[in-house]
Amino acid sequence: MKELFTRIFAIFWKDILSELRTKEIATSVLVFALLVVVIFNFAFEAGADTTGLVAPGILWVAFTFAGVLGLNHTFASEKENSCLEGLMLCPVERHVIYWGKLVGSFTFMLVVEAIITPIFLALFNLPIFMPRLALIIVLTTLGFASVGTLFSALAANTKARDIMLPILFLPIVVPIIIAAVEATGLVMDDKSWGEMSTWLQVLIAFDVIFLVASAFVFEFVVEE
Amino acid sequence: MSEKNAVQANILLGLGLALMIAALYLVFIYVPTEESMGDVQRIFYFHVAMAWVAFLAFFVVFVCSILYLWKRVIKWDIIARSSAELGIVFTTLVLITGPIWAKAVWGAWWTWDARLTATLVLWLTYVAYLLVRSYATEEFRGARFAAVLGIVGFIDVPIVFLAVNLWRTQHPTRLVFEGGLTSPMLLTLLVSVAAFTFLYILLVIQSISLRNMETVVRQLKDAQANPGKEQLWTI
Repeated sequence: MKELFTRIFAIFWKDILSELRTKEIATSVLVFALLVVVIFNFAFEAGADTTGLVAPGILWVAFTFAGVLGLNHTFASEKENSCLEGLMLCPVERHVIYWGKLVGSFTFMLVVEAIITPIFLALFNLPIFMPRLALIIVLTTLGFASVGTLFSALAANTKARDIMLPILFLPIVVPIIIAAVEATGLVMDDKSWGEMSTWLQVLIAFDVIFLVASAFVFEFVVEE
Repeated sequence: MSEKNAVQANILLGLGLALMIAALYLVFIYVPTEESMGDVQRIFYFHVAMAWVAFLAFFVVFVCSILYLWKRVIKWDIIARSSAELGIVFTTLVLITGPIWAKAVWGAWWTWDARLTATLVLWLTYVAYLLVRSYATEEFRGARFAAVLGIVGFIDVPIVFLAVNLWRTQHPTRLVFEGGLTSPMLLTLLVSVAAFTFLYILLVIQSISLRNMETVVRQLKDAQANPGKEQLWTI
């Protein structure tokens, strides 16, 4: 068990190091997410009276699009210089590669979201400290990363990789986008835990099912 | 296709044709007009039957995708692909007949109701299934990717339904099971469902034999280009 974590950590750490050295993804995704928030603010003419209506949607559109952008990099970057072949030659099981990559994309997305969320909340004059929103973000991001890592590997091996990921990814994550938007709306309205528990259950169910299913089918995506 | 298969296909075709004519008779002549909705309600018999076939088709895709990844026999991939194409055709028809009916009854082409939304998401998922094949760099890779999506996409269906149901619903969900249908209506529906299921099976068989022919042609071409390499991937 300990060995498994060491291996997963090794792959994860490789991604972190390469990101720390290039700072390619985090910066671009961060700016992109912020731009989405700003553009949607104009698109919906979000004022004080409409905040409750449009704010959860804007937040999750920004995170979804930014997520697609970041997830595309997860395996697209490995395709350069045939790093993917090198990764496949690692003396580990294929699902270990999946977990390593998953933890990597999950972390990147969380870092971006941790920076965007307070800015977003400030821009819309909402309370900055919302622990329940943080929980929703973590659960949803885990779901995004679980499906996204699988499809990123798949899309990287197709001819139209940039467009393939969103086409595959977005229909599958519809249920967690619904759950995230609804739960976020309830949190922003300061509703009780009980009212949002159904949505949290949907999020958790999605995460568990897709973590298991994706880890299972991942080896069929990367085999040569 | 072998001689025996051709005979079987003809029997199926005959049965399917008879059932379809029976269904048409039942829907347009036999079954009484629904009280509140009027004639437009007759769409129901096609709409529900096609929706059923669409789900059946996607279920077949799911099972064949698992079998393909497990056994690596091209047969399963061919069935899955044919079934997915038909599933999309039937889902498209459901998405067309639905709004025609809805416009007359609800007064709107489309509402973001649970079932409508879920069906649309399903349609998008399987369009992606076909796209991933055409964008794959090699055929076998495309088959494998599609199989992965065929599994993941189908697993997603219940979660999509759960989420959109919690989100909103206004569809006459349990009409069929709670005795909202009179017995002539139920009979008509069942015959219609049977007729469309036959149509689906027939079309899958046609589609498979077409794919087999395509493969044979391609391999004849391949054999001409590089002789000595012989492989046949047909059912």
